[in-house]
Amino acid sequence: MPFNEEFVLRNRPRMEKIIDQSFQNLVLLMASMVAIILLGILTVIFLGSTESIARYGFKFLVQSEWNPVNDQYGAFTAIYGTLLTSLASLTLAIPLGVGTAIFITENFIHHKLRNIIGVMVELLAAIPSVVLGLWAVYIMEPFLRPSFLLIHKYLGWIPLFGSEPLGPGVAPAIIVLSIMILPIITSISRDSLNQVPKKLREASYGIGSTRWITIFRVILPAAISSITGGILLALGRAMGETMAVTMIIGNSNTFNFSIFSPGYTISAMLANQFGEADGNQVSSLMYAALVLMILTLTVNIFAQWMVKKLSLKY
Amino acid sequence: MKKQTLNTGLISNEIISLENVSISYSNVEAVRNIFCKIPRSKVTSFIGPSGCGKSTVLRAINRMNDLIETSSIKGRVIFEGIDIYDKKIDPVEIRRRIGMVFQQPNPFPKSIYENIAFGARINGYTGNMNDLVEYSLRKAAVWEECKDKLNESGYSLSGGQQQRLCIARTIAIKPEVILMDEPCSALDPISTLKIEETIHELKKSFTIIIVTHNMQQALRVSDYTAFYNAEPTSKDGGGKVGYLVEFNETEKVFNQPTQKATEDYISGKFG
Amino acid sequence: MTNNKLSFNYSSKRNITEFIFTFLSAFASIIVLMPLIFIIIYVIIKGGSELNLSLLTQLPEPPGDDLNNAGGVGNAIIGTFIVTLLAALISIPIGVGGGIYLAEYSLKGPFSKFIRFGANVLSGVPSIIAGVFIYGIIVSTRIILGSNFSAIAGGLALSILMIPTIIKTTDEGLKLVSNDLRKASIGIGASKFITIIRITLPAAFNSISTGIVLAIARASGETAPLIFTALFSFYWPSGNDMLLQPLATLSVLIYNFAMEPYEAQNQLAWGASFLLVTLILFINLLARWLSNKTMEK
Repeated sequence: MPFNEEFVLRNRPRMEKIIDQSFQNLVLLMASMVAIILLGILTVIFLGSTESIARYGFKFLVQSEWNPVNDQYGAFTAIYGTLLTSLASLTLAIPLGVGTAIFITENFIHHKLRNIIGVMVELLAAIPSVVLGLWAVYIMEPFLRPSFLLIHKYLGWIPLFGSEPLGPGVAPAIIVLSIMILPIITSISRDSLNQVPKKLREASYGIGSTRWITIFRVILPAAISSITGGILLALGRAMGETMAVTMIIGNSNTFNFSIFSPGYTISAMLANQFGEADGNQVSSLMYAALVLMILTLTVNIFAQWMVKKLSLKY
Repeated sequence: MKKQTLNTGLISNEIISLENVSISYSNVEAVRNIFCKIPRSKVTSFIGPSGCGKSTVLRAINRMNDLIETSSIKGRVIFEGIDIYDKKIDPVEIRRRIGMVFQQPNPFPKSIYENIAFGARINGYTGNMNDLVEYSLRKAAVWEECKDKLNESGYSLSGGQQQRLCIARTIAIKPEVILMDEPCSALDPISTLKIEETIHELKKSFTIIIVTHNMQQALRVSDYTAFYNAEPTSKDGGGKVGYLVEFNETEKVFNQPTQKATEDYISGKFG
Repeated sequence: MTNNKLSFNYSSKRNITEFIFTFLSAFASIIVLMPLIFIIIYVIIKGGSELNLSLLTQLPEPPGDDLNNAGGVGNAIIGTFIVTLLAALISIPIGVGGGIYLAEYSLKGPFSKFIRFGANVLSGVPSIIAGVFIYGIIVSTRIILGSNFSAIAGGLALSILMIPTIIKTTDEGLKLVSNDLRKASIGIGASKFITIIRITLPAAFNSISTGIVLAIARASGETAPLIFTALFSFYWPSGNDMLLQPLATLSVLIYNFAMEPYEAQNQLAWGASFLLVTLILFINLLARWLSNKTMEK
């Protein structure tokens, strides 16, 4: 047999085996970095907040006084603001996002046009939060203020609209947040609607259903759990969204029911104060960060569980 | 239940010997108690009905089953006097000496030339690469089709040519044994014939073990034949487990089978 | 007469309801597209009009110094590139390596399940938290050669956001590579390392690079992780300890200057927005081109 003697690596040299094994160890270490970072984040935030937890305990969550001068800290306004803005923006974004998803998965218009809309929605997701904030402060809020004034004029007796809209506040923050989470809801809904087996739709049409009866009774129910997963992911994103909200929400720790008055969210408070804080304020900000972390973790884990439940179904 | 004839005296110059091999996937036994000696420089075929574990046994010979996380093996596979499942053994070295050709042609997404050169390089080939590429492609009877497009993608070839490219790729690493797992099952009859001619050519330099579901093919290409069958694991049905029924010279297996099951299978009563 | 009954009846209650819902879903799509269109229009009008050579080459002026001129964003452009590059250099090896481990070494099993779950959880962690984390372990402890706010801290904070995306796309990209290729390589005696580096990773190259490019696009527009890690600077990055000094970035410049009560600084923020949006849309187009190339294959 020719050539046989020329294979010098037939018996693998030690070096080659060492490389093989070290590579495996290396990538194992890299995969573990995910766990290390997660654990690191939780540890840093928890250790940073112990002082404040010991000092204020659960009162921190329900008191709204935030006063670095006399060292009193309570994050109620920010926690309330985080929950209010994220849930309200979700309420606005769900019908719009799911509606759009239906519009671009059904064949109402030419498929090229549908693709263009899909791409545009993805581009919206690519706009940096800080640019959206800039736009919200200088263009969107002045544009919307007349309508806010109208709402306040006629519905001002409801505490929610009780204060006069004078500029930055919770209401424009909610609108900006819903713009930011629309792409997530739309694209996840679109993907889950596309995954509904074609035969379900055919079965429904086959017994004489109209298009919208098919959508409401057959297609949406089949896709509902992954759409819900997407909505929960959007909720997590809304809770943690920082820049645009910080720029438009007014950054006030004074609690006010009215959505036209300035407010706060945890992430806005962190962005605003963390760089210049010291002592108890840092610890209290860490405590607030811990609350934010727990909120988003819970929502995200729940969302993943929802999505997983779906993937088992088909 | 031991229906197999071991014919231990049959093979005197074996290259591989399976000693009481049982293989399981996730604790479900797929084949049990295989004893078999593979003769050196001959073509041995594994035949039997589907699900009898012939491919499983083949993959155990160069430790391809290691890739399936749930698989486990009992017994010993002896190659040139070494138990290849010994803890000290490096499976990569085993595969450099026992190459494999798969059911589906699976060239790399590289040029024809690189498909051959890749394996040779990782085996530390120091000679003239052009010569080796030509030699291997000629050996696999695909040189004529490839010689003018060595720099084109391996996927530009037809299915049968791709499979012969894969054979050439295996030849290029100069293994002592070539395992072929139903190499013609995805091919048309003409390509099949070409591959069989290739096998005839190859047995001058290599020991070949071929799994096939085509009895005519076994008859045409092999010197020895092992017939595998599957039997229910328990009396009330349920799962099936494969075992080796009969191993002998191909002619004897086909003309004077010693076992009823072999005879039934050969004559087309089942499988 | 039966023919008549089968013809489309526009005034039937059923068809009106159908039309209303179709109209509503179309209306929703229009509302969803409005913000994008208006943002792009205003960024082009207000930002594009700021575009000139001095915007690209000059340093920003501190607010209030000169009421008519805020200078340019030259150092912030370079800073955005530096900090994104640092983040990419940290996150690409970790992300690709982690993805390789998940897809090639431990497809199933509790550890990889946990890591996949962890990557999903990590990608949901608010970006500001990444900043708090890096502030806590790097900036406030001055652990890196005694520097506090620095380009490196900023790069680390951004890399935390990129790692889960890159791990996930690598994992998924490698899982799409046909097992036949792995078998072919192992079958001719290639080691696992060689198989991954020479066969499976190149086969998944396009989908992995698409994911990496998208992660870079997202990171280059991030602000929250940078405001108290890389901070900001009115000067050019220079000197040997450049990476240990605070660093200006486009996104932090937009945030800082948008909130200033000076018109000139506000306009500079619009100019910076124009540059940042152009950059990010360009990177996104690159990713789209890469993924189309994958489809063709």
